[in-house]
Amino acid sequence: MAVVNNTDFGQAWKGGDKPLAASYGKLMMWFFLVTDALTFSGFLAAYGFSRFKYELSWPVPDEVFTHFPFFKGEYPLFFVALMTFILIMSSVTMVLAVNYGHKMKKKQVILWLSLTIIGGITFLGSQAWEWGHFIHGDKGAIITEEKEIIHLFNDEKEISSVYKFMGVDSYSKDRFSQMNYEQFVEKFKSQNKYKLKSSKKVILEHDDAVTLLESKGKDFVLGANLVKNEYGHALFADYFFFITGFHGFHVFSGVVLLIILLINVIANTYEKRGHYEMVEKIGLYWHFVDLVWVFVFTFFYLV
Amino acid sequence: MSSESNNNWWIWKVFWILLVVTAIEVVLGIIKPQYLIETKFLGTILLNHVFIVLTIIKAAYIVMIFMHLGDERPALQWTIILPAVILIPYLLFILLTEGGYTHFMRF
Repeated sequence: MAVVNNTDFGQAWKGGDKPLAASYGKLMMWFFLVTDALTFSGFLAAYGFSRFKYELSWPVPDEVFTHFPFFKGEYPLFFVALMTFILIMSSVTMVLAVNYGHKMKKKQVILWLSLTIIGGITFLGSQAWEWGHFIHGDKGAIITEEKEIIHLFNDEKEISSVYKFMGVDSYSKDRFSQMNYEQFVEKFKSQNKYKLKSSKKVILEHDDAVTLLESKGKDFVLGANLVKNEYGHALFADYFFFITGFHGFHVFSGVVLLIILLINVIANTYEKRGHYEMVEKIGLYWHFVDLVWVFVFTFFYLV
Repeated sequence: MSSESNNNWWIWKVFWILLVVTAIEVVLGIIKPQYLIETKFLGTILLNHVFIVLTIIKAAYIVMIFMHLGDERPALQWTIILPAVILIPYLLFILLTEGGYTHFMRF
């Protein structure tokens, strides 16, 4: 019972004691991270709610994120796995920077901080590519009046591209005006080998598909925005933009903080202060960003 | 330089653990073993539980080693961990149960 023996309470009431043996700044960073973790878990739990509610029309994530820059063909999960690797790598360089900060080795701190910043920027670039690809879309789909997403399905039992079916280049600038829904329905009627796959993963044989296109079919959905997307339920894209966007904003803030930190390290601010604790505090934030991505990776891309 | 590198072995150990666990997740996500998909437990397939366990392992390594929470005083450790481990599963339980319920009530 150390408190009983300690008769001098003077410093304790002036904030002199540190019961948690951590500085004010570090404690506040931890508390901020706890609240931020709760915010992110709120988002992911809301995602889970909507996914359970619209279980049937929710897209399968590894059928959505299948592309890799500069490579044709489908490589599910590889690009997100690479993004995860980049972020883990930048976490490692951050730990090294913190470690050399403890040893007061300025040059090493500069080296590893710079590498961390490069990792962060690379991650942001990857995310921009991922967003661009998601917004542009892949194979396109049909939307009905009831806002159900219908995919074109071929006899090889896979979803086929509505662009290829119509003979339109999906990367041409006027792709929207080239895609005519009435022409699509006429062409579909004459091509017996094509079927439709409803968002509830039900395959409609050719005749039923024609009936559906003529009675309820409305238009193409090409790509994704906040109102509708070609992958499935509209909320899927909303959550994608919101959760990965909020995480990406954290990464961006982290990169800005790291750049300010690097400038301060180079300007000898922490040499004069006598300690590199600021590297440690911003390091905590940077690891947290990595931590959130680990969960986003699992709950958005894997599960 | 070599003696300095030796002092950092624990960082690279955690790096390899995180990398290997991520690789296992990606491989499982691509091949999707039949047994893990067919078995359901607590409302979702067994594979998802495997993913969640692997994710928590990764999270624990990041928080305890990279963020040095393992080196802090136990009081600080509990201050940070308890709100998360109480509130998050609680919120998940409520929202996922409700999500499953509204799924059936829509029809």
